Amino acid sequence: MNNFAYSRAADVADAVRQIAADRNAKFIAGGTNLIDLMKYDVERPVRLIDITRLPLRAVEETRDGGVRVGALVPNSDLAYHPLIEARYPLLASAILAGASAQLRNMASTGGNLLQRTRCLYFYDTATPCNKREPGSGCSAINGINRTNAILGTSEACIATHPSDMCVALAALEATVHVAGPSGERCIDFADFHRLPGDTPDRDTNLESQEIITAIELPAKGFAENHSYLKIRDRLSYAFALVSVAAALEINGGRIRDARLALGGVAHKPWRDREAEALLQGAVPERTVFAKAADRLLRDAKGYAHNAFKIDLARRAIIRTLAQAANATPQIQSVKKIR
Amino acid sequence: MTSSIGTATSRVDGRAKVTGRAKYAGEFNVPGLAYGAVVMSTITKGRIARIDTTQALKVEGVIDILTHDNRPPMASDDKDYSDDVAPEGGSPFRPLYDDRIRFNRQPIALVLAEDWETARFAATLVQVHYEVEGFATDLHAELERARAVDKPVKPRGDASKALARAALRLSADYLIPAEYHNPMEPFAATVIWDGDGKLTIHDKTQGVQNVQRYVCGIFHLKPDDVRVTSPFVGGAFGSGLRPQYEVVLATLGALKLKRPVRVVLTREEMYGLSYRPMTLERLALGASAEGALDAVMHEAIAMTSRNEDFSRNDTAWAELLYKSSNARYVHKLAALDVVTPADMRAPGAATGVYALECAMDELAVALKLDPLELRLRCYSERDQGSGQPYSSKQLRECYRQGAEAFGWAKRNAAPRSMRDGSELVGWGMATGVWEALQMPFATRILLTANGHVEVSCAATDIGTGTYTVMAQVAADMLGAPVDSITVKLGDSSLPQAQVEGGSWTAASVAHAIANAADDLRKELLALAQTMPNSPLQGLKLDDVVLADGAIAAKGDTRRSIGLADVMRQAGVERIEKERGSDFKEDDKHAHNTHSAVLAEVKVDEELGVIRVTRVVNAVAAGRIINTKTATSQIMGGVVWGIGMALHEEALVDHAFGRVMNANIAEYHVPVNADIHEVKVIFVEEPDSVINPLGIKGVGEIGIVGVAAAVANAVYHATGTRVRDLPITLDKLARPTGSGDLELGQSRAAKQ
Ligand SMILES: Cc1cc2nc3c(=O)[nH]c(=O)nc-3n(C[C@H](O)[C@H](O)[C@H](O)COP(=O)(O)OP(=O)(O)OC[C@H]3O[C@@H](n4cnc5c(N)ncnc54)[C@H](O)[C@@H]3O)c2cc1C
Ligand code: SF4
Repeated sequence: MNNFAYSRAADVADAVRQIAADRNAKFIAGGTNLIDLMKYDVERPVRLIDITRLPLRAVEETRDGGVRVGALVPNSDLAYHPLIEARYPLLASAILAGASAQLRNMASTGGNLLQRTRCLYFYDTATPCNKREPGSGCSAINGINRTNAILGTSEACIATHPSDMCVALAALEATVHVAGPSGERCIDFADFHRLPGDTPDRDTNLESQEIITAIELPAKGFAENHSYLKIRDRLSYAFALVSVAAALEINGGRIRDARLALGGVAHKPWRDREAEALLQGAVPERTVFAKAADRLLRDAKGYAHNAFKIDLARRAIIRTLAQAANATPQIQSVKKIR
Repeated sequence: MTSSIGTATSRVDGRAKVTGRAKYAGEFNVPGLAYGAVVMSTITKGRIARIDTTQALKVEGVIDILTHDNRPPMASDDKDYSDDVAPEGGSPFRPLYDDRIRFNRQPIALVLAEDWETARFAATLVQVHYEVEGFATDLHAELERARAVDKPVKPRGDASKALARAALRLSADYLIPAEYHNPMEPFAATVIWDGDGKLTIHDKTQGVQNVQRYVCGIFHLKPDDVRVTSPFVGGAFGSGLRPQYEVVLATLGALKLKRPVRVVLTREEMYGLSYRPMTLERLALGASAEGALDAVMHEAIAMTSRNEDFSRNDTAWAELLYKSSNARYVHKLAALDVVTPADMRAPGAATGVYALECAMDELAVALKLDPLELRLRCYSERDQGSGQPYSSKQLRECYRQGAEAFGWAKRNAAPRSMRDGSELVGWGMATGVWEALQMPFATRILLTANGHVEVSCAATDIGTGTYTVMAQVAADMLGAPVDSITVKLGDSSLPQAQVEGGSWTAASVAHAIANAADDLRKELLALAQTMPNSPLQGLKLDDVVLADGAIAAKGDTRRSIGLADVMRQAGVERIEKERGSDFKEDDKHAHNTHSAVLAEVKVDEELGVIRVTRVVNAVAAGRIINTKTATSQIMGGVVWGIGMALHEEALVDHAFGRVMNANIAEYHVPVNADIHEVKVIFVEEPDSVINPLGIKGVGEIGIVGVAAAVANAVYHATGTRVRDLPITLDKLARPTGSGDLELGQSRAAKQ
C-alpha cells in the first residue's frame, strides 16, 4: 500500500474541485473495494478525498413517481428501505444477494457501481493484465478464466463486472446522476458501464473528474413479478458465476413488458432487447423463456474453463423467468432455489 | 465428588478470549517495537540478481532493510534448520539465506520501520531484479517423473493376480487439490531483544520448544537464552507444527537492530507457507460377487518440494480397515518448484480415505449392495496390516448408531430416486479412521496451602481446548473443583512437550497429569501419616484418594484430613511434582479412532446447486474428556470436510507458478449458509489397554470420511460421479468420464 494524503470534501462542488485538482486522487466512500485494491498495490492514489460526509444519503420519491437514491446510501439501508422493499423488491433482493452483511453496511450506492472486476489477475501485480496496466496483456484469456465473461468480451479483456445491485438497476432502467466541473448530467444505466474493447482499463463512462450524486429509479418497479437469482460456488458470500434479474409485467395471462439482465457474464450487466422482445406479448411459459434465453446467449463464447456458464446461464434465465412469472421470487435468506 | 472428565465443561479460557485478555503472538506490546514487512518473490525459480532498496530506505521511518546480502549470520548446515516435524534427510528452506528463488512468494527481504504502515509502504518500493529460470509446478505434468517412497505399509499376497481374477473390478482416479490451512489468526512473531544475547520470542506455533530448538540451531544460541511462548493460537491446523518464516525474519530483525521486532504476515503471504499437497489417488478394488474384497491396490502420487520429501500415509488406511488377502500400496512423490507441503488436519487420511471410501461406494453400486452393508462385510476386527487386535474398536456401533440417527434404513438405493420438490436428494456414507497416538509429555503440578493448584506444561492450546481438558483431568486426579485449577501452557520454560498435533496431546498430557498427581498424593499421604493421631495411619497409597480438598481413605470419607491442614501441620507452603507420561509402548495392539459419517445433500436438478442439508458423524474415540469441546472439534471437522468436498481449491496458474486465489474472498471455505444440520455422536468405547484413563483424542477424526460421504451423496442424488475435488456445479454438468483432468474412467467390469 502506498502513502497517501487524506482530505474531506465539504460539499459536492468542493469534491469536484478537489478531484479536478489532482489527477491521482480518488474518492473514498465505504472503502470496501478501494482499500483492498490499495493493499494489493493495484490502486495507488496519492490522495483520498473522503466523501462520506456529503449530504447524499436520502432515499426520496421524485415528482414523476420514481425514487431517487443518494450516492452514499449504504447498500443495507437501501435494501431494507420501505420504499425499495415495497416498490422495487427486485433491487432489494439483488443487493442482499451480494457480499456479506458487514460489507453491505459499509458499501455505498455509488461505490457499488464503481467496484472493479474480480478477475484474479487484476488483483495480482505480479501478472500481466490489460485492465490494470494497459498493453501488458491479458493473463486470463489463456489462464484461469472460470469466472470470466462469455459475452461482449474482447481480445484485450474478458473480465466481468461483479456487482449484483447493478444487474437489478440495469433491469429497472435506472439513471445515474453525476456532477463534474462542467455541471451535472444524467447517464442511462445501459450507457454507464462499458464493454472492454481495446480500452479495458476504463470500466465506465464516468469521467475521472465526476462524482456520482444519485441513482434515480423510474416509476415502474415490477413489484408483482420479479426475481433475482444468483448462482455461485458457495451458498453465500461469493461472486456470481451467473446471476439473473427478471422483471415482468403480466396482464390477462400475457407478458406485457419484460426486462432481463444478467450478471457475472460480461463486463457490464448484460441486457438484450431482442431477447426481451421475444417475451413481450407471449404467454409466460418455459418454451418462451427458453427462446429468450437462447436469443440472449446466441453470441456467447466460452473459454477453456468457463464454457459451462453458457448452459448454466440458459437454465438460470429459464428458472428466474419462471420464478418471476409465478410471483415466487428467490428469497436471498433462503438458500434453496425456488 | 462427581467426575469432571466426561462432562460438557465450558472452556476455562473462553472469557479471556472473548474479552481480548488472551494475548496472541502479534499482540505483545513492548516499548521501542519495530515492525517488519515482507517482500515476496514474484517469480517461481531463479536467482536474485539485485535488490535495489534505495527508494525504500529514503522513506521516513524506515530503519533498515534486511536481505540475504546484509542479514545477521545464520547457520550453514541443513541439520541446524531441521525441526521435530521436518521430513528426514531434507534440506529445509532457509529464509533470507541466499540469492536462490525456490518458490513463488518466497520471502526475500524484510523492511523494518517504526510503524507497520511505513514498513508496508516501503516494501512496495523495493525493486528486485531476477534471473529467471524455467520451473515446474503442475503435478499432472510431472506424474511420469514421480518417485516411489518407502512406507511402512507392506504388500500382502499378489494383488495384481487377485485383481485380474476378481469377479468384479473397479479402478478409479481421485484428485484432491492443494488446500491451504487459512487459520483466522495470521502467522506472527514478536521477538524481544533482552540484551546479553537473550531473546524472548512470542510466536504463533504449535510447538514452543520446537521453535526454541530451531531458533537456537539457526542462530547458534543457547537454549537458556531463548524463551519461546505461544499462550494462545488462533487456529493452525498443522500449519504451525514446523517453525514458519515469520519467526526467523523477526529474529533476524531483532538481532540486527538490537531492539524488539514484530512481523505479522498478510493473508497473501500465508500462501507462501504450507498447504495440503495436491494428491492423485489411484484405487483398484477387486471383489467377489458377495462383496468380499479380494484385492486392494492404492497408489498415491503427491506433490512435494525439491528440497524436502514430505509425505504421509495416504495408502495406509485401506490396509488397516478392510479385510482383503491381497493388497499393494505405492506412494510416489513428484518434486516441484514449490514450498514444502505440510500436515493439515488428518494428513494422509483426509485425502487417502476420501479416495478409498469413494471407491468403496462405487464398488457397492456395482455390486448392488447397500454401501453400509459392504463395509460390514469387509469389517475387520484386526488391523489387516499387522494382524493385531485393536485396543478397542467400536466402529460397528458407529455404523449402527449413525445409521439410526440418520434414518439410513429409509434410503432408496437407486441414484436419482429420491427427491424433494425441484431438488434431487442423495444419501451417502463413509468410514473415518485415524490413529490414537501418544507422545512423551511432562507436566508439573503445584499445590499451595491455600488449596490452589497450578498445572503447567510447554504444550500449546491451538484452540482445541487443551487448557480446559487439562484442568478437568487435574480436577479429577486431585479431587479439586475445576475453577481452583490454573493451567499454564505455551512457554518453552515449562515442562517438556511435543508439538500439538496428531490428536495426541489430550491422551499424553492426561497421563502425565495422572502420574504427577500420584506423586503428589504419595507425598501428601506421607505428610498426613506423620501427624499425631492421623486417621490415615497404616494406609497404603492405593488405599487413599484425594477428594473434596482432602486426602481420605478409599470408601471411608470419615477417615480424612483436609489438604490445607496436612500442609500447615507439616509446615509446607507448596508441593511441586513434575512427571512425564511414561506409558509402556504397547506393540501388541493397533490403536485407532473410527467414525461413521452419513450425509444428505440436495441438488437442484436444473441448476446443479448443491446443499449439504444433514450430516451425522458417529465417532468412537475412547473416553471423551469433555463432550463440549470434543463436539466442537468434530463439528469443525465436518464443516471442513464439507469445504473439502465442495469448495476448497488453490487455483494455480502454472504459467506463473503462482496461487491466484491467495485470499479468503476467492479461496472458498464454507460460510454459515453452507452448513445446515450437523449431529455429533460419541459412541461409548471403553479402552483399558491404551492408557489408564482410556483416552484417545479427537482432533483429526472429525474430518476423515466427510468429503467422501458428501461426494457419495452427490452421486446418489445425481447419478454423476465427480472424483476430482472440489465438486463444483460445473463438474456435475460435464459429460461423465470427461473433464480437464481426464479422470473418471472408472471401469466396473463383471467377468
Ligand atoms: C469480500 C468481498 C465480497 C464481495 N462480494 C460482493 C458480491 O457478491 N456482490 C456485489 O455486488 N459486491 C460484492 N462486493 C463488492 C462491494 O459491493 C463493493 O466493494 C462496494 O459496493 C463498493 O462500495 P464502497 O462504497 O465501499 O466503494 P469504495 O471502495 O469506497 O469505492 C469504490 C470506487 O468507487 C469510487 N467512488 C465511490 N463513491 C463514488 C462516488 N459517489 N462518485 C464517484 N466515485 C466514487 C471510489 O473512488 C473507488 O474507485 C464484495 C466485496 C468484498 C470485499
Ligand atoms: S480479463 Fe481483463 S482483468 Fe482479467 S487479466 Fe485479462 S485484462 Fe486483466
